[in-house]
Amino acid sequence: MSKHIDERGYAKADVLVSTDWVAEHLQDPAIRLAESNEDPLLYSSNHIPGAVEIDWTRDLNDPVRRDYLGRAAFEKLMRRVGATRETTIVLYGDKNNWWAAYAFWLLQLFNHTNAKIMDGGRMKWINEKRPVARTVPRYPPSNYTAPERDDTQFRAFRDQTLKHLEQKLPMIDVRSPEEYRGERLHMPDYPNEGALRGGHIPGALSIPWARAVNQEDGTFKDAAELRKIYTEENKLRPGDDVVAYCRIGERSSHTWFVLRYLLGFSKVRNYDGSWTEWGNLVNVPVENPSAETRDEAAA
Amino acid sequence: MKPLPDRLERLVSTLESLEREDRIEMLIEAAGQFTPVPERIARRPFAAEHRVPGCESEAYVWPEAGPGGTLSFHFAVENPQGISAMALSEILRSSLSGAPLEEIAAVPADVVYRIFGRELSMGKSLGLMGIVNMVRSAALQQLQAAAAKHASG
Repeated sequence: MSKHIDERGYAKADVLVSTDWVAEHLQDPAIRLAESNEDPLLYSSNHIPGAVEIDWTRDLNDPVRRDYLGRAAFEKLMRRVGATRETTIVLYGDKNNWWAAYAFWLLQLFNHTNAKIMDGGRMKWINEKRPVARTVPRYPPSNYTAPERDDTQFRAFRDQTLKHLEQKLPMIDVRSPEEYRGERLHMPDYPNEGALRGGHIPGALSIPWARAVNQEDGTFKDAAELRKIYTEENKLRPGDDVVAYCRIGERSSHTWFVLRYLLGFSKVRNYDGSWTEWGNLVNVPVENPSAETRDEAAA
Repeated sequence: MKPLPDRLERLVSTLESLEREDRIEMLIEAAGQFTPVPERIARRPFAAEHRVPGCESEAYVWPEAGPGGTLSFHFAVENPQGISAMALSEILRSSLSGAPLEEIAAVPADVVYRIFGRELSMGKSLGLMGIVNMVRSAALQQLQAAAAKHASG
Protein backbone atom coordinates (compact mmCIF):
# COMPACT_ATOMS: atom_id res chain seq x y z
CA MET A 1 0.00 0.00 0.00
CA SER A 2 1.27 3.47 -0.88
CA LYS A 3 2.37 5.85 1.87
CA HIS A 4 0.39 9.03 2.46
CA ILE A 5 1.45 11.61 -0.13
CA ASP A 6 2.92 13.96 2.50
CA GLU A 7 5.13 11.14 3.77
CA ARG A 8 6.66 10.24 0.41
CA GLY A 9 9.31 12.95 0.40
CA TYR A 10 8.28 14.71 -2.80
CA ALA A 11 9.81 18.08 -3.64
CA LYS A 12 6.40 19.63 -4.40
CA ALA A 13 3.90 17.29 -2.80
CA ASP A 14 1.02 19.75 -3.14
CA VAL A 15 0.54 18.95 -6.85
CA LEU A 16 -0.55 15.42 -6.04
CA VAL A 17 -3.74 14.56 -4.19
CA SER A 18 -5.15 11.25 -3.04
CA THR A 19 -8.53 9.74 -3.84
CA ASP A 20 -9.42 10.41 -0.17
CA TRP A 21 -8.62 14.09 -0.65
CA VAL A 22 -10.76 14.26 -3.76
CA ALA A 23 -13.63 12.52 -1.98
CA GLU A 24 -13.44 15.16 0.76
CA HIS A 25 -13.47 18.02 -1.78
CA LEU A 26 -16.31 16.92 -4.06
CA GLN A 27 -18.41 19.91 -3.00
CA ASP A 28 -15.55 22.41 -2.83
CA PRO A 29 -16.34 25.30 -5.20
CA ALA A 30 -12.67 26.24 -5.43
CA ILE A 31 -11.91 22.87 -7.02
CA ARG A 32 -12.76 21.78 -10.53
CA LEU A 33 -12.31 18.07 -11.14
CA ALA A 34 -11.44 17.22 -14.74
CA GLU A 35 -11.20 13.78 -16.32
CA SER A 36 -8.91 13.31 -19.31
CA ASN A 37 -8.83 9.94 -21.05
CA GLU A 38 -7.68 8.24 -24.16
CA ASP A 39 -10.91 6.25 -24.48
CA PRO A 40 -13.59 8.66 -25.77
CA LEU A 41 -16.46 6.77 -24.10
CA LEU A 42 -15.06 6.43 -20.59
CA TYR A 43 -16.05 9.81 -19.16
CA SER A 44 -19.60 9.53 -20.50
CA SER A 45 -19.95 5.99 -19.13
CA ASN A 46 -19.32 7.39 -15.63
CA HIS A 47 -17.02 9.79 -13.83
CA ILE A 48 -16.39 11.26 -10.41
CA PRO A 49 -19.47 13.30 -9.47
CA GLY A 50 -19.00 16.91 -10.51
CA ALA A 51 -16.07 16.20 -12.82
CA VAL A 52 -15.95 17.83 -16.24
CA GLU A 53 -14.26 16.24 -19.25
CA ILE A 54 -11.19 17.71 -20.89
CA ASP A 55 -10.67 15.72 -24.05
CA TRP A 56 -7.15 15.63 -25.35
CA THR A 57 -8.12 15.44 -29.02
CA ARG A 58 -11.16 17.69 -29.07
CA ASP A 59 -10.26 20.24 -26.42
CA LEU A 60 -6.49 20.48 -26.23
CA ASN A 61 -5.26 20.03 -29.79
CA ASP A 62 -5.39 22.44 -32.66
CA PRO A 63 -7.87 20.90 -35.09
CA VAL A 64 -5.66 21.55 -38.13
CA ARG A 65 -1.98 21.88 -37.25
CA ARG A 66 -0.04 19.48 -35.06
CA ASP A 67 -0.01 21.83 -32.12
CA TYR A 68 -1.99 22.68 -29.03
CA LEU A 69 -4.76 25.16 -28.62
CA GLY A 70 -3.92 28.86 -28.50
CA ARG A 71 -4.85 31.44 -25.90
CA ALA A 72 -8.39 32.15 -27.17
CA ALA A 73 -9.32 28.47 -27.37
CA PHE A 74 -7.82 27.84 -23.94
CA GLU A 75 -9.86 30.69 -22.48
CA LYS A 76 -12.97 29.28 -24.14
CA LEU A 77 -12.28 25.85 -22.65
CA MET A 78 -11.71 27.18 -19.15
CA ARG A 79 -14.76 29.43 -19.36
CA ARG A 80 -16.83 26.43 -20.47
CA VAL A 81 -15.82 24.41 -17.43
CA GLY A 82 -16.43 27.41 -15.19
CA ALA A 83 -12.84 27.76 -14.03
CA THR A 84 -11.13 31.00 -13.11
CA ARG A 85 -7.40 31.63 -12.70
CA GLU A 86 -7.90 30.92 -9.00
CA THR A 87 -9.70 27.59 -9.50
CA THR A 88 -7.67 24.52 -8.63
CA ILE A 89 -7.98 22.06 -11.51
CA VAL A 90 -7.64 18.47 -10.29
CA LEU A 91 -6.94 16.13 -13.17
CA TYR A 92 -7.33 12.38 -13.37
CA GLY A 93 -7.86 9.84 -16.11
CA ASP A 94 -7.24 6.44 -17.62
CA LYS A 95 -3.92 4.86 -18.55
CA ASN A 96 -2.18 5.66 -15.26
CA ASN A 97 -2.92 9.35 -15.69
CA TRP A 98 -1.02 9.75 -18.97
CA TRP A 99 -3.63 12.09 -20.39
CA ALA A 100 -4.16 13.81 -17.07
CA ALA A 101 -0.42 14.52 -16.93
CA TYR A 102 -0.58 15.75 -20.53
CA ALA A 103 -3.41 18.14 -19.66
CA PHE A 104 -1.54 19.23 -16.50
CA TRP A 105 1.52 19.99 -18.62
CA LEU A 106 -0.59 22.00 -21.04
CA LEU A 107 -2.09 24.02 -18.20
CA GLN A 108 1.45 25.01 -17.24
CA LEU A 109 2.06 26.35 -20.76
CA PHE A 110 -0.70 28.85 -19.92
CA ASN A 111 0.73 29.34 -16.44
CA HIS A 112 -2.32 27.88 -14.73
CA THR A 113 -0.32 26.76 -11.71
CA ASN A 114 -3.38 25.93 -9.59
CA ALA A 115 -3.44 22.35 -10.80
CA LYS A 116 -3.10 18.92 -9.26
CA ILE A 117 -3.20 15.28 -10.31
CA MET A 118 -5.21 12.63 -8.49
CA ASP A 119 -2.79 9.86 -7.57
CA GLY A 120 -3.73 6.51 -9.11
CA GLY A 121 -6.13 8.05 -11.61
CA ARG A 122 -9.53 6.81 -12.65
CA MET A 123 -8.77 3.15 -12.08
CA LYS A 124 -7.90 3.65 -8.41
CA TRP A 125 -11.12 5.59 -7.80
CA ILE A 126 -13.18 2.86 -9.51
CA ASN A 127 -11.34 0.03 -7.75
CA GLU A 128 -12.03 1.67 -4.39
CA LYS A 129 -15.72 1.56 -5.31
CA ARG A 130 -16.13 5.27 -4.74
CA PRO A 131 -19.19 7.07 -6.11
CA VAL A 132 -19.51 7.76 -9.81
CA ALA A 133 -22.08 9.67 -11.81
CA ARG A 134 -23.25 9.86 -15.38
CA THR A 135 -24.69 13.35 -15.14
CA VAL A 136 -22.56 15.87 -16.97
CA PRO A 137 -22.28 18.86 -14.63
CA ARG A 138 -22.93 22.37 -15.89
CA TYR A 139 -21.12 25.25 -14.26
CA PRO A 140 -21.79 28.92 -14.84
CA PRO A 141 -19.33 30.12 -17.50
CA SER A 142 -16.43 32.03 -16.05
CA ASN A 143 -14.63 35.07 -17.36
CA TYR A 144 -11.25 33.31 -17.56
CA THR A 145 -8.46 35.29 -19.12
CA ALA A 146 -5.23 33.55 -20.04
CA PRO A 147 -1.80 34.79 -21.01
CA GLU A 148 -0.38 33.77 -24.37
CA ARG A 149 0.89 30.22 -24.35
CA ASP A 150 4.53 30.12 -23.30
CA ASP A 151 6.37 27.19 -24.87
CA THR A 152 9.80 28.24 -23.69
CA GLN A 153 9.97 26.76 -20.20
CA PHE A 154 8.44 23.30 -20.42
CA ARG A 155 8.29 22.42 -24.12
CA ALA A 156 11.10 21.38 -26.45
CA PHE A 157 10.82 21.53 -30.22
CA ARG A 158 12.74 19.55 -32.83
CA ASP A 159 15.56 22.04 -33.37
CA GLN A 160 16.01 22.56 -29.64
CA THR A 161 16.15 18.80 -29.16
CA LEU A 162 18.78 18.53 -31.90
CA LYS A 163 20.82 21.24 -30.18
CA HIS A 164 20.34 19.44 -26.86
CA LEU A 165 21.72 16.29 -28.48
CA GLU A 166 24.71 18.15 -29.95
CA GLN A 167 25.49 19.60 -26.54
CA LYS A 168 25.30 16.10 -25.04
CA LEU A 169 22.77 17.24 -22.44
CA PRO A 170 20.61 14.65 -20.67
CA MET A 171 17.69 13.24 -22.58
CA ILE A 172 15.25 10.57 -21.46
CA ASP A 173 13.42 8.17 -23.73
CA VAL A 174 10.44 6.99 -21.66
CA ARG A 175 9.09 4.46 -24.18
CA SER A 176 9.30 0.71 -23.75
CA PRO A 177 12.75 -0.91 -23.93
CA GLU A 178 11.71 -2.60 -27.21
CA GLU A 179 10.91 0.75 -28.79
CA TYR A 180 14.16 2.24 -27.47
CA ARG A 181 16.20 -0.61 -28.92
CA GLY A 182 14.49 -0.19 -32.29
CA GLU A 183 12.90 -3.62 -32.19
CA ARG A 184 9.49 -2.01 -32.37
CA LEU A 185 8.20 1.24 -33.79
CA HIS A 186 5.48 1.37 -31.17
CA MET A 187 4.91 0.15 -27.63
CA PRO A 188 4.04 -3.51 -27.09
CA ASP A 189 0.34 -4.20 -27.71
CA TYR A 190 -0.07 -0.77 -29.14
CA PRO A 191 -0.47 0.16 -32.77
CA ASN A 192 2.22 1.71 -34.89
CA GLU A 193 1.81 5.45 -35.07
CA GLY A 194 3.61 6.14 -38.25
CA ALA A 195 7.35 6.39 -37.54
CA LEU A 196 9.52 5.39 -40.46
CA ARG A 197 12.60 4.64 -38.41
CA GLY A 198 13.06 2.76 -35.15
CA GLY A 199 15.55 3.37 -32.36
CA HIS A 200 16.17 6.38 -30.17
CA ILE A 201 17.82 9.79 -30.11
CA PRO A 202 21.56 9.14 -29.61
CA GLY A 203 22.60 9.48 -26.00
CA ALA A 204 19.06 9.29 -24.62
CA LEU A 205 18.70 7.28 -21.45
CA SER A 206 16.07 4.55 -21.49
CA ILE A 207 13.85 5.07 -18.45
CA PRO A 208 10.36 3.74 -19.22
CA TRP A 209 7.65 5.93 -17.69
CA ALA A 210 6.05 2.96 -15.92
CA ARG A 211 9.03 2.62 -13.58
CA ALA A 212 7.71 5.68 -11.71
CA VAL A 213 4.43 3.98 -10.89
CA ASN A 214 3.40 1.31 -8.39
CA GLN A 215 1.92 -1.38 -10.59
CA GLU A 216 -0.61 -2.58 -8.03
CA ASP A 217 -2.60 0.66 -7.78
CA GLY A 218 -1.15 3.09 -10.32
CA THR A 219 0.09 5.54 -7.67
CA PHE A 220 3.45 7.26 -7.96
CA LYS A 221 6.40 5.67 -6.17
CA ASP A 222 7.81 7.60 -3.24
CA ALA A 223 10.70 10.03 -3.68
CA ALA A 224 13.36 7.63 -2.41
CA GLU A 225 12.33 5.01 -4.96
CA LEU A 226 12.18 7.61 -7.72
CA ARG A 227 15.61 8.99 -6.82
CA LYS A 228 17.00 5.48 -7.02
CA ILE A 229 15.77 5.22 -10.62
CA TYR A 230 16.56 8.69 -11.92
CA THR A 231 19.48 10.00 -9.90
CA GLU A 232 21.28 6.85 -8.69
CA GLU A 233 20.88 4.41 -11.57
CA ASN A 234 20.84 7.01 -14.33
CA LYS A 235 23.02 9.71 -12.75
CA LEU A 236 20.65 12.59 -13.45
CA ARG A 237 20.99 15.61 -11.18
CA PRO A 238 18.16 17.93 -10.12
CA GLY A 239 19.97 20.89 -11.70
CA ASP A 240 20.33 19.18 -15.08
CA ASP A 241 18.70 20.53 -18.22
CA VAL A 242 16.61 17.49 -19.20
CA VAL A 243 14.46 16.74 -22.26
CA ALA A 244 12.01 13.83 -22.12
CA TYR A 245 10.26 12.27 -25.09
CA CYS A 246 8.13 9.27 -25.98
CA ARG A 247 5.88 8.67 -29.01
CA ILE A 248 3.56 11.67 -29.06
CA GLY A 249 4.38 13.36 -25.75
CA GLU A 250 1.80 11.83 -23.42
CA ARG A 251 4.03 9.36 -21.57
CA SER A 252 6.86 11.90 -21.44
CA SER A 253 4.55 14.46 -19.83
CA HIS A 254 4.07 11.85 -17.10
CA THR A 255 7.85 11.64 -16.62
CA TRP A 256 8.11 15.44 -16.88
CA PHE A 257 5.67 15.64 -13.97
CA VAL A 258 7.71 13.15 -11.94
CA LEU A 259 11.00 14.95 -12.48
CA ARG A 260 9.77 18.50 -12.09
CA TYR A 261 7.33 18.15 -9.21
CA LEU A 262 8.03 14.92 -7.38
CA LEU A 263 11.83 15.15 -7.57
CA GLY A 264 12.15 18.92 -7.93
CA PHE A 265 14.28 19.08 -11.11
CA SER A 266 14.60 22.70 -12.08
CA LYS A 267 14.73 22.46 -15.89
CA VAL A 268 12.75 19.71 -17.59
CA ARG A 269 11.12 20.01 -20.99
CA ASN A 270 8.77 17.68 -22.82
CA TYR A 271 9.63 17.11 -26.49
CA ASP A 272 6.05 16.45 -27.56
CA GLY A 273 7.00 15.96 -31.21
CA SER A 274 8.66 12.84 -29.80
CA TRP A 275 9.33 9.73 -31.85
CA THR A 276 6.48 10.31 -34.30
CA GLU A 277 8.41 13.42 -35.37
CA TRP A 278 12.03 12.35 -34.83
CA GLY A 279 11.52 8.89 -36.36
CA ASN A 280 10.27 10.53 -39.55
CA LEU A 281 12.82 13.34 -39.86
CA VAL A 282 15.32 13.27 -42.70
CA ASN A 283 18.99 13.31 -41.81
CA VAL A 284 18.83 13.45 -38.02
CA PRO A 285 20.99 11.13 -35.90
CA VAL A 286 19.33 7.92 -34.77
CA GLU A 287 20.75 5.12 -32.68
CA ASN A 288 19.24 1.73 -33.43
CA PRO A 289 20.93 -1.11 -31.52
CA SER A 290 18.60 -3.59 -33.16
CA ALA A 291 19.69 -2.59 -36.69
CA GLU A 292 23.35 -2.62 -35.64
CA THR A 293 22.88 -6.13 -34.31
CA ARG A 294 21.35 -7.20 -37.59
CA ASP A 295 24.28 -5.65 -39.51
CA GLU A 296 26.77 -7.59 -37.39
CA ALA A 297 24.84 -10.80 -37.97
CA ALA A 298 24.86 -10.18 -41.73
CA ALA A 299 28.63 -9.53 -41.72
CA MET B 1 -16.27 0.55 -52.65
CA LYS B 2 -18.40 -2.40 -51.58
CA PRO B 3 -21.39 -1.65 -49.35
CA LEU B 4 -21.28 -2.71 -45.74
CA PRO B 5 -23.32 -5.74 -44.71
CA ASP B 6 -26.95 -4.63 -44.22
CA ARG B 7 -27.13 -4.74 -40.44
CA LEU B 8 -23.80 -3.00 -40.02
CA GLU B 9 -24.75 -0.32 -42.56
CA ARG B 10 -28.00 0.38 -40.71
CA LEU B 11 -26.19 0.67 -37.38
CA VAL B 12 -23.44 2.85 -38.79
CA SER B 13 -25.92 5.10 -40.59
CA THR B 14 -27.88 5.53 -37.40
CA LEU B 15 -24.73 6.43 -35.46
CA GLU B 16 -23.70 8.92 -38.13
CA SER B 17 -27.07 10.62 -37.97
CA LEU B 18 -26.81 11.27 -34.23
CA GLU B 19 -25.43 14.25 -32.37
CA ARG B 20 -22.19 13.50 -30.53
CA GLU B 21 -23.81 13.01 -27.11
CA ASP B 22 -26.46 10.65 -28.51
CA ARG B 23 -23.85 8.73 -30.48
CA ILE B 24 -21.77 8.26 -27.34
CA GLU B 25 -24.86 7.16 -25.44
CA MET B 26 -25.65 4.55 -28.10
CA LEU B 27 -22.07 3.29 -28.03
CA ILE B 28 -22.10 3.05 -24.24
CA GLU B 29 -25.33 1.06 -24.50
CA ALA B 30 -23.63 -1.27 -26.97
CA ALA B 31 -20.71 -1.68 -24.55
CA GLY B 32 -23.24 -2.49 -21.82
CA GLN B 33 -24.64 -5.31 -23.96
CA PHE B 34 -21.21 -6.77 -24.56
CA THR B 35 -21.02 -10.42 -23.48
CA PRO B 36 -17.58 -12.00 -23.27
CA VAL B 37 -16.77 -15.15 -25.19
CA PRO B 38 -18.62 -18.16 -23.74
CA GLU B 39 -16.56 -20.86 -22.07
CA ARG B 40 -17.62 -23.41 -24.67
CA ILE B 41 -15.59 -21.36 -27.19
CA ALA B 42 -12.59 -20.30 -25.09
CA ARG B 43 -11.31 -20.24 -21.52
CA ARG B 44 -8.58 -18.17 -19.93
CA PRO B 45 -5.72 -17.99 -20.54
CA PHE B 46 -6.81 -17.20 -24.07
CA ALA B 47 -4.62 -18.39 -26.92
CA ALA B 48 -2.35 -15.68 -28.30
CA GLU B 49 -3.44 -16.29 -31.90
CA HIS B 50 -6.88 -14.91 -31.02
CA ARG B 51 -5.48 -11.70 -29.55
CA VAL B 52 -5.97 -8.57 -31.64
CA PRO B 53 -2.54 -7.17 -32.54
CA GLY B 54 -2.15 -3.54 -31.60
CA CYS B 55 -5.19 -3.29 -29.31
CA GLU B 56 -4.23 -2.03 -25.88
CA SER B 57 -7.62 -3.04 -24.52
CA GLU B 58 -6.49 -6.66 -24.86
CA ALA B 59 -9.26 -7.69 -27.24
CA TYR B 60 -9.60 -11.24 -28.55
CA VAL B 61 -11.70 -12.55 -31.44
CA TRP B 62 -13.00 -16.06 -32.15
CA PRO B 63 -15.00 -17.09 -35.23
CA GLU B 64 -17.49 -19.95 -34.88
CA ALA B 65 -18.72 -21.89 -37.88
CA GLY B 66 -22.45 -21.61 -38.43
CA PRO B 67 -25.00 -23.00 -40.87
CA GLY B 68 -24.28 -22.73 -44.59
CA GLY B 69 -20.63 -21.93 -44.09
CA THR B 70 -21.36 -18.67 -42.27
CA LEU B 71 -19.49 -17.43 -39.22
CA SER B 72 -20.58 -15.95 -35.93
CA PHE B 73 -18.11 -13.99 -33.83
CA HIS B 74 -17.19 -13.95 -30.16
CA PHE B 75 -15.02 -11.42 -28.37
CA ALA B 76 -13.21 -10.82 -25.11
CA VAL B 77 -11.94 -7.45 -23.86
CA GLU B 78 -9.66 -7.97 -20.90
CA ASN B 79 -9.05 -4.32 -20.01
CA PRO B 80 -12.02 -3.24 -17.85
CA GLN B 81 -11.48 0.33 -19.08
CA GLY B 82 -11.65 -0.79 -22.72
CA ILE B 83 -15.19 0.41 -23.16
CA SER B 84 -14.75 1.46 -26.81
CA ALA B 85 -13.38 -1.98 -27.64
CA MET B 86 -16.41 -3.52 -25.93
CA ALA B 87 -18.80 -1.29 -27.88
CA LEU B 88 -17.16 -2.11 -31.20
CA SER B 89 -17.05 -5.83 -30.40
CA GLU B 90 -20.77 -5.84 -29.64
CA ILE B 91 -21.55 -3.93 -32.83
CA LEU B 92 -19.51 -6.36 -34.93
CA ARG B 93 -20.93 -9.41 -33.15
CA SER B 94 -24.53 -8.36 -33.61
CA SER B 95 -24.21 -7.06 -37.15
CA LEU B 96 -21.74 -9.41 -38.82
CA SER B 97 -22.50 -12.82 -37.34
CA GLY B 98 -24.16 -14.82 -40.11
CA ALA B 99 -23.59 -12.13 -42.78
CA PRO B 100 -22.20 -13.13 -46.21
CA LEU B 101 -18.49 -13.82 -45.83
CA GLU B 102 -17.57 -11.78 -48.92
CA GLU B 103 -19.23 -8.75 -47.36
CA ILE B 104 -17.51 -9.26 -43.99
CA ALA B 105 -14.14 -9.62 -45.69
CA ALA B 106 -14.74 -6.33 -47.50
CA VAL B 107 -15.62 -4.23 -44.43
CA PRO B 108 -13.07 -1.41 -44.40
CA ALA B 109 -11.13 -1.08 -41.16
CA ASP B 110 -11.70 2.67 -41.11
CA VAL B 111 -15.40 2.02 -40.49
CA VAL B 112 -14.34 2.78 -36.90
CA TYR B 113 -14.32 6.48 -37.80
CA ARG B 114 -17.92 6.21 -39.01
CA ILE B 115 -18.80 4.49 -35.74
CA PHE B 116 -16.87 6.60 -33.24
CA GLY B 117 -16.33 9.82 -35.18
CA ARG B 118 -13.11 11.53 -36.16
CA GLU B 119 -12.12 12.42 -32.63
CA LEU B 120 -10.40 9.12 -31.91
CA SER B 121 -6.74 9.39 -31.09
CA MET B 122 -4.53 7.66 -33.61
CA GLY B 123 -3.58 5.00 -31.06
CA LYS B 124 -7.16 4.26 -30.15
CA SER B 125 -8.37 4.19 -33.76
CA LEU B 126 -5.62 1.84 -34.89
CA GLY B 127 -6.37 -0.50 -31.98
CA LEU B 128 -10.06 -0.58 -32.90
CA MET B 129 -9.20 -1.11 -36.56
CA GLY B 130 -7.22 -4.15 -35.43
CA ILE B 131 -10.46 -5.70 -34.14
CA VAL B 132 -12.18 -5.11 -37.50
CA ASN B 133 -9.20 -6.52 -39.35
CA MET B 134 -9.21 -9.67 -37.23
CA VAL B 135 -12.89 -10.27 -38.05
CA ARG B 136 -12.24 -9.63 -41.76
CA SER B 137 -9.30 -11.98 -41.68
CA ALA B 138 -11.43 -14.78 -40.18
CA ALA B 139 -14.01 -14.32 -42.96
CA LEU B 140 -11.29 -14.34 -45.59
CA GLN B 141 -9.76 -17.53 -44.23
CA GLN B 142 -13.17 -19.21 -44.24
CA LEU B 143 -13.68 -18.15 -47.86
CA GLN B 144 -10.25 -19.46 -48.85
CA ALA B 145 -10.87 -22.75 -47.05
CA ALA B 146 -14.21 -23.11 -48.85
CA ALA B 147 -12.57 -22.34 -52.21
CA ALA B 148 -9.81 -24.87 -51.57
CA LYS B 149 -12.39 -27.51 -50.63
CA HIS B 150 -14.37 -26.74 -53.75
CA ALA B 151 -11.25 -27.00 -55.93
CA SER B 152 -10.19 -30.31 -54.45
CA GLY B 153 -13.72 -31.74 -54.69
